[in-house]
Amino acid sequence: MRVVVDNVEKTFIDSKKREVTALENINFSIEEQEFVVLVGPSGCGKSTLLNIVGGLLSPSKGEVYFEGKEQKNPKLGIVFQEIALLPWRNVYENVIYGLEESGASKQEQKVKGKHYIDMVGLTGFEKAFPKQLSGGMKQRAGIARALAVEPDLLLMDEPFSALDAQTRTIMQEELLTIWDRTRLSTLYVTHNIQEAVYLADRVIVLSRHPGHIKKIIKIELPKMGRDQEKYRSQFERYSQEIWSLIRHDAEEALKEA
Amino acid sequence: MAAVKQVIKNRVAFLDQKVPPYIPVLGITGLLLIWELICRLNIVPPLFLPAPTAIVADGWQMISSGELFRHLMASLTRILGGYAIGTVLGITVGLILGFSKWADAIFTPIVYSIYPIPKIALLPLIILWFGIGEMPKVAIIALGVFFPVLINTFSGVKNVDPILIKAAVTFGSNHLNVIRKVILPGALPTIFAGLKLAAGTALLLLVSAEMIAAQYGIGAMVLHYGNLMITTKLMAGVLLLSLLGLLFNRGLQWLERRLIPWK
Ligand SMILES: Nc1ncnc2c1ncn2[C@@H]1O[C@H](COP(=O)(O)OP(=O)(O)OP(=O)(O)O)[C@@H](O)[C@H]1O
Ligand SMILES: [Mg+2]
Repeated sequence: MRVVVDNVEKTFIDSKKREVTALENINFSIEEQEFVVLVGPSGCGKSTLLNIVGGLLSPSKGEVYFEGKEQKNPKLGIVFQEIALLPWRNVYENVIYGLEESGASKQEQKVKGKHYIDMVGLTGFEKAFPKQLSGGMKQRAGIARALAVEPDLLLMDEPFSALDAQTRTIMQEELLTIWDRTRLSTLYVTHNIQEAVYLADRVIVLSRHPGHIKKIIKIELPKMGRDQEKYRSQFERYSQEIWSLIRHDAEEALKEA
Repeated sequence: MAAVKQVIKNRVAFLDQKVPPYIPVLGITGLLLIWELICRLNIVPPLFLPAPTAIVADGWQMISSGELFRHLMASLTRILGGYAIGTVLGITVGLILGFSKWADAIFTPIVYSIYPIPKIALLPLIILWFGIGEMPKVAIIALGVFFPVLINTFSGVKNVDPILIKAAVTFGSNHLNVIRKVILPGALPTIFAGLKLAAGTALLLLVSAEMIAAQYGIGAMVLHYGNLMITTKLMAGVLLLSLLGLLFNRGLQWLERRLIPWK
């Protein structure tokens, strides 16, 4: 299935009762098995866009739809920046939440729960409550929960931004490995340019006032192992290009804050 | 010049002082001893304040005659019945008001206009409706419990992090399951604060109602012996009430630990 974002616009009413346009003219698609990354400066509407695609916010104009051969309700998996594990459920119970809600048998819950807990490296922590986990471990559980429903589209909003730099690097590598095994269509939000170039098939660069697509850049590098020395210069070139696109915006954002 | 050594001490050590577990018992025992002493030395006449030993002696006699038990059972059925009804209704309505903006808009003003009425003032009216008997006493306790539980449940629901609700919906929860699996457990700590508050209210209303209109019950018993000026038996009733309140609270604490293991 392919996901189409068609002419989406979003306006908010701000605290002074004025209408502000957060997103305008957003058109793009996510192909099957494609990893699309949204980058842009703070406040350009990345989260807003992701929430609209995830069905947690209505667009003011336009629509988002799935396009495919089968007639079935598309399943979504979201990894939240706030992680959003249920504090009263242990790791296992959190991971199988979506399976439980879709009416999967206990047996299936067990098998898939174990599979995805193993995949994110949380084996042995099934019984732990979120409170007892480190930040990185919590986010692994959040990822396992999203993977466990085997979604048609995986959405991630800055999933690693609360983590320290080392953990973050490790998690990026692990995410890529997991993605390589599952090949889920993914929409990933970040403001970290290196992260975008490292993960994406295509990078969508958003700009501000109002949020719109400045450029869509296809990353023509092999999906795995982009951090190798031989790709260094190409990697740098992509990063430079994105940075030059958003630098002005980012500086403006800083002045307003 | 010789070096001067100045060790840095933990200046907030008082924050984690260790208290031996027998100390709380010591406090109560001390109080009882002083009380006994005051009575033995005839500082206050026994009619005003009987000695603990005298109370226990008379209390024992009331236990063996079965009198105390009969009063206790009458009170227990009323308070447990009323408390259960008030709690179930309070939590249910609180969840609904917290979940539905419509229900909130319609019913919350009504709730807040009835809430401040001292519930005991409604007893005559309730007796008029239900007649004399067990019903009005159970009803008044249920009413008194209903409001604090409702209001705490409501604010507990409002404090549930919306991101958790979004997560649950994303992973396929319908409205009922959002309430059952996210909102109810999320509001549980606040609900328990309401339950503890309501326990005190329930006890108060129980005794008041029994003093106004009952033959049996600890409240009626205390009033009866007060009128007869038999202070020892009156005090036995008062101590029983204190014990009842204590047990109530302990029971709720135990339940809270069982139901909220993730805290
Ligand atoms: N509920 C809301 N009401 C009013 N304005 C909003 C609301 N949500 C977002 N906005 C505005 O819309 C714009 C985009 O917000 P959004 O959170 O999508 O940005 P973002 O790109 O995710 O930023 P960040 O990188 O800081 O997370 C901002 O200007 C923000 O102030
Ligand atoms: Mg954001």
